[in-house]
Amino acid sequence: MAGIEVTQLHKRYPDGTVAVEEVDLSIGDGELFVMLGPSGCGKTTTLRAMAGLERQTSGDIRIGSTLVNDLPPAERDIAMVFQFYALYPHLKTRDNLAFPLRAEGLPEKEVRERVAEASRMMQLDPLLDRRPHRLSGGEQQRVALARALVRRPQAFLMDEPLTNLDAELRADTRTEIKHLQAELGTTMVYVTHDQVEAMSLGHRIAILNKGRVEQVGTPLEVYDRPASLFCASFIGSPPMNLIDVEVAEGALRGAGGLVLPPPPGLPRDRTLVAGVRPEALEVTAAGTDGTVAARVVSAEALGDEIIYVLDHGGVRDVRVRMPPTVRFAPDAPVGLRHAGGTPPVYDVSTEELVA
Amino acid sequence: MAISIDEAVPAPVTDDAPAARRRGGRARRVIEVVLLVALAVAMLFPVLWMVETSIKENRDVYAVPAKFFNFDFTLQHFKDVFVAQGGGRSDLSGSFLNSVIVAGASTILATVLGVPAAWAYSRFTLKAKKDQLFFILSTRFMPPVVVVIPIFLMYRELGLIDSKLGLILIYAAFNVPFTIWMMKGFVDEVPAEYEDAAMLDGYTRLQAFRKFTLPLLVPGIAATAVFALIFSWNEFVFAIFLTSSQEVRTAPPAIAGLIGGTTVDWGLVAASAVVFALPVLVFAFLVRKHLVAGVTLGAVRR
Repeated sequence: MAGIEVTQLHKRYPDGTVAVEEVDLSIGDGELFVMLGPSGCGKTTTLRAMAGLERQTSGDIRIGSTLVNDLPPAERDIAMVFQFYALYPHLKTRDNLAFPLRAEGLPEKEVRERVAEASRMMQLDPLLDRRPHRLSGGEQQRVALARALVRRPQAFLMDEPLTNLDAELRADTRTEIKHLQAELGTTMVYVTHDQVEAMSLGHRIAILNKGRVEQVGTPLEVYDRPASLFCASFIGSPPMNLIDVEVAEGALRGAGGLVLPPPPGLPRDRTLVAGVRPEALEVTAAGTDGTVAARVVSAEALGDEIIYVLDHGGVRDVRVRMPPTVRFAPDAPVGLRHAGGTPPVYDVSTEELVA
Repeated sequence: MAISIDEAVPAPVTDDAPAARRRGGRARRVIEVVLLVALAVAMLFPVLWMVETSIKENRDVYAVPAKFFNFDFTLQHFKDVFVAQGGGRSDLSGSFLNSVIVAGASTILATVLGVPAAWAYSRFTLKAKKDQLFFILSTRFMPPVVVVIPIFLMYRELGLIDSKLGLILIYAAFNVPFTIWMMKGFVDEVPAEYEDAAMLDGYTRLQAFRKFTLPLLVPGIAATAVFALIFSWNEFVFAIFLTSSQEVRTAPPAIAGLIGGTTVDWGLVAASAVVFALPVLVFAFLVRKHLVAGVTLGAVRR
């Protein structure tokens, strides 16, 4: 097992597209590290560069203490799981699992033992004699995971492995992957565009955008204090409300009149935006003390909660998360107030966190 | 690239439909059938006539009015295609052999060059890839006859006039772009992940292509090769301009050469045309499954 160090990674394709601008990552030994970002942000290219499937234009990749820049994929001692599983269609499950071991030239006895072990871990025993086309999507993905397991690699690289599964199976497999990683203690780099997956799986999350790392942190750090406006709008569903604010009389005053507690060290003479999570706001009866007048635009009842969309004082579409017991009709006049801690504040021109 | 054939399903006829509409439906059906039969006869009559002429005695070939059914049957014309009058091999059989060599070699050459190129165009990011592909396709835009004179002059300089190698090269040149385009479609269908996985399992990129992608491409290669083969087999313009001697001439100009002169042996013309048409039919029949089914890959869900 080993950590992975990526320094100043840059990838530019011959046709001029820049997939990765500059990425620096330091992934600890035994860590489940998630790279999260929208499509085209460079997360998959970074992963493929770690795997050796793409050669970076510049920058270094180290697995453990080995500089792997010029090593072919097979010599990097890593295993990868793909979005489309990539099980060899002409081989039965058993032979698919054995394939990487036979390619390594292990004695057949050990191959059989390790296949049996991986099969037991992933509960594949009833599927061993089937070919991939006779497996369901979930089963194929379990086989793909098992194929990665049998090699006992230094690190697992996962390229959106759950994207092609339906919602229920995705949640199950997610749990399975998390347990597996905890049990094996192997370094795992997991690429996804799904923030729920990232939050629930990762020990740490790196948020990538336009080929750069915007933030690296634990799920809670990333959720509570997004490092940039991009991260603020990317993490959380519904996302953070970004409200124009200015400092007045020792408080943060939103454009619609909403009063927020000011964080210390706010810069002056800059246009600022506060990021307010939907659960840090509260909808009350109209006219309640300390609230601003607002109007309900719509309400999304999700069962365990209601998301209210409010307009107040010219600020449109502020989202508020409320327990399902609090009911307001659309168009009803209501009160809105802040009920959380100090919100993160961003500079509009640099789009970065300032306080 | 999967082509599927839907079976025609007749619309259900309900008994309670108004009588007038039912009559209208039947009339329409009759018209459809009549038109289709007329079309089929018009399309197939020349073929039928060719086959019939090839097995008629000479006097029946020239009979007026033409005999459709009660003619005397003979296989003499087919014998004449292959065996010369005084015994030994006929000139025509030599032409057929030339056609086999030229079409076969040019198809193999085009496939060997075109399939890896298609793979590369499908898998790698290249500078101006779209423009390159368009350029490759553009060589197919012009009719061959436009370039036959310059090619004639080039070939004369290179000493390729009146040689099988010359024909093989020119046919391959025309088939490579076609092969690249058609095969690129097939390669695109095979997920690159197979190769990625194989590379992680210890194969080089080329080994991964050979061991995993290539076997999955076989149906596509077969279909593409048959199209290339048919093009080379049927080609007439270059064959007639670039070859002159009996030893090099392929079947299309040789058959065309039978017509002309004072008398035309129509039985021989028809028989050689039948022999010429057969290989193409057989090949199309052999790969029909691949042409229809295309590439089916059970292991990948998109």
